[in-house]
Amino acid sequence: MQYQWDFAAVWNHFDLLIVGLIGTVELALVSIVLGVIVGFLVALMRLSHRRALRTPATAFVEFYRNTPPIVHFFWFFYALPIVIGLSFEPFTAAVLALSTQSGAFYAEVFRGGIVSIERGQWEGAKALGMNYRTVLRRVILPQALRRMVAPFVDRSFELTKTTALASSLAYAELLYQAMQVNSITYRPMEVYTTIAIMYFIVLFAASNLMRLVEYRLARVG
Amino acid sequence: MEYTWDFKVILDSFPLLLRGLVVTIELWILAFAIGLSLGFAVSLARVSSRGWLNAPAIGYVEIFRNTPVLVQLIWFYYAFPIVLGAQLSPFTAAALSLTLNTSAYCAEIFRGGIVSIARGQWEGAKAIGMTRAMTMRRVILPQVLKRMLPAFTNRGIELAKVTSLASLLAVNELMYQGRLLSSTYYRPLEILTVVALVYFVLIYPGSYLSARLERRLAARD
Amino acid sequence: MSDTVIRIRNLHKRFGDLHVVKGVDLEVKRGERIAIIGASGSGKSTILRCLNFMEMPSDGTIELDGKVLGTEARANDGAAARTYSESELCEVRTRVGMVFQQFNLFPHMTVLENVMEGLITVKRTPKEAARSRATEQLAKVGLQDKLHAYPGKLSGGQQQRVAIARALAMDPEVLLFDEPTSSLDPELVGEVLRVIHALAEEGRTMLLVTHELGFAYHFADRVVFIADGIVYETGTADDVLKHPQKERTQAFLARFTERAF
Repeated sequence: MQYQWDFAAVWNHFDLLIVGLIGTVELALVSIVLGVIVGFLVALMRLSHRRALRTPATAFVEFYRNTPPIVHFFWFFYALPIVIGLSFEPFTAAVLALSTQSGAFYAEVFRGGIVSIERGQWEGAKALGMNYRTVLRRVILPQALRRMVAPFVDRSFELTKTTALASSLAYAELLYQAMQVNSITYRPMEVYTTIAIMYFIVLFAASNLMRLVEYRLARVG
Repeated sequence: MEYTWDFKVILDSFPLLLRGLVVTIELWILAFAIGLSLGFAVSLARVSSRGWLNAPAIGYVEIFRNTPVLVQLIWFYYAFPIVLGAQLSPFTAAALSLTLNTSAYCAEIFRGGIVSIARGQWEGAKAIGMTRAMTMRRVILPQVLKRMLPAFTNRGIELAKVTSLASLLAVNELMYQGRLLSSTYYRPLEILTVVALVYFVLIYPGSYLSARLERRLAARD
Repeated sequence: MSDTVIRIRNLHKRFGDLHVVKGVDLEVKRGERIAIIGASGSGKSTILRCLNFMEMPSDGTIELDGKVLGTEARANDGAAARTYSESELCEVRTRVGMVFQQFNLFPHMTVLENVMEGLITVKRTPKEAARSRATEQLAKVGLQDKLHAYPGKLSGGQQQRVAIARALAMDPEVLLFDEPTSSLDPELVGEVLRVIHALAEEGRTMLLVTHELGFAYHFADRVVFIADGIVYETGTADDVLKHPQKERTQAFLARFTERAF
């Protein structure tokens, strides 16, 4: 089997792929930021003594952990607008799906970090008369955050890969743009290999960069 | 916003959803079984001291872990047939890419387990005249398999979720049936919600077991 | 101001089905030094930990300066129980300080920051004033040269002295010591006991749960022997440690063969 490679066809439309790459990075960053906020709130609810807060938070986490992301994408794009009576841009639906889904995972990262701090730290701080918020802010979180870095990086890495699903909502991220280039050039081999390499470079570089940060933090700590 | 739920649609579409569920499970079992065995082979290459075995194994694992699964599916469906010279059915392409993807992750789990065993175990076995293969089978694996069980269960859960991406190649599994039905009936809210719940019912027992297993193993150490 | 700082009435503590403290009454006078002794599992630490609400009492009342803490409420099972607001607990804890067996220093803060922390976040002391007060307390426990060290770099004895300085900095009315030397290497016990002894000379109100009977004898105005979650025998150090009246107390003391009072 002799196949004639033709990367020139892809190269001619590389600007489209760059647009896609920017779309991917944008979607990932916005979703990470919102996901972290959602995750922190859900984690606090899960750690609460009040069942009325704990139960819905647990249900939220379990729902997202046990259902496929593609279902969330379609649900936010096609189903939710029916309930609330207004439709979303693909970007908005994708951000909603990604940030709630990653919020469930970040919540576990936060919770895991917080419960990993031994009880004596809570007691030492409470014995000084600190209230719950102060204990959390001054004593527990500064120690827990360091332990959260590694799982946080893993989760954000997974989230970034999941952004590819936004292509199914016709949001112009890297995979969607590749599909467009493919329909112009009819060069699936070159196009999809190129974006696989692009994803690889971005993800590999990002994860190694974060490992470095993680290593630095571990040394400081 | 007042929305009237149409529960009849759910009943009507249930048989088709169940048929989709069967395909989901087929895909899952196939990819998991082969992925596990292939992953073990890759891990052996990965821990080998021979560069020509070790380097390709690292490349293999890193490529699958640092690119989105959806891109892998699309690549195997649209690009791979070009080098292969034959068209793959959507199911074959999905099964192939999910298997290879799973094998890369499983290889890392096996590797982690194998290298976690102290060198003294290898030396002890060597000292009584065991071959490497025999040592692996009689000494190393029995010690690590149990410890790796939660990681494999998690992998199985991830895989179950990821099978839903096959819907984007028009494999008629659960998610695909859900999308088809929701556009046929114009009832995305009911049908996508039910699809999410069916996935939940399928996956939750696994993740519940995995969490219990992890706690039990943690308590024993 | 009354002479009694703390009055415990009918204190009970249950952990699930385990009934650990079974009705303790105790009065602590201002300036009094009380040593609480007893076998492990007798409930002595739990009693102490109820006094600053590290453990929530299951039943009974605790009075601080004549004021009964908490408000009465009906629990789910119909039994009387008290509820305590977070702000009340925080206030009580600034007045009743505690030194733990495991020190519980904050590993991400220096020694000085550990001692300043409560002053700044709880007492809202200005930073400079907090710094000088903290430095003063650390000098008192002999650690003026370790201000900028992290707790992880200190010996157990030094860490416990930092913990004492941290509790002292809040200027509590009562200080609780929960087996402060139990997790120390034997050669480090002395330095911590000397610091506690110096505090006793100052006339502070202190309660000490300990296994160091020799130290308890010299330290305490009153010794309380706890067995099975109740106050089994109480009296002066001489009464309880040298001339115990009850059989259980005698049996407990007999186990300490090296009693050098």
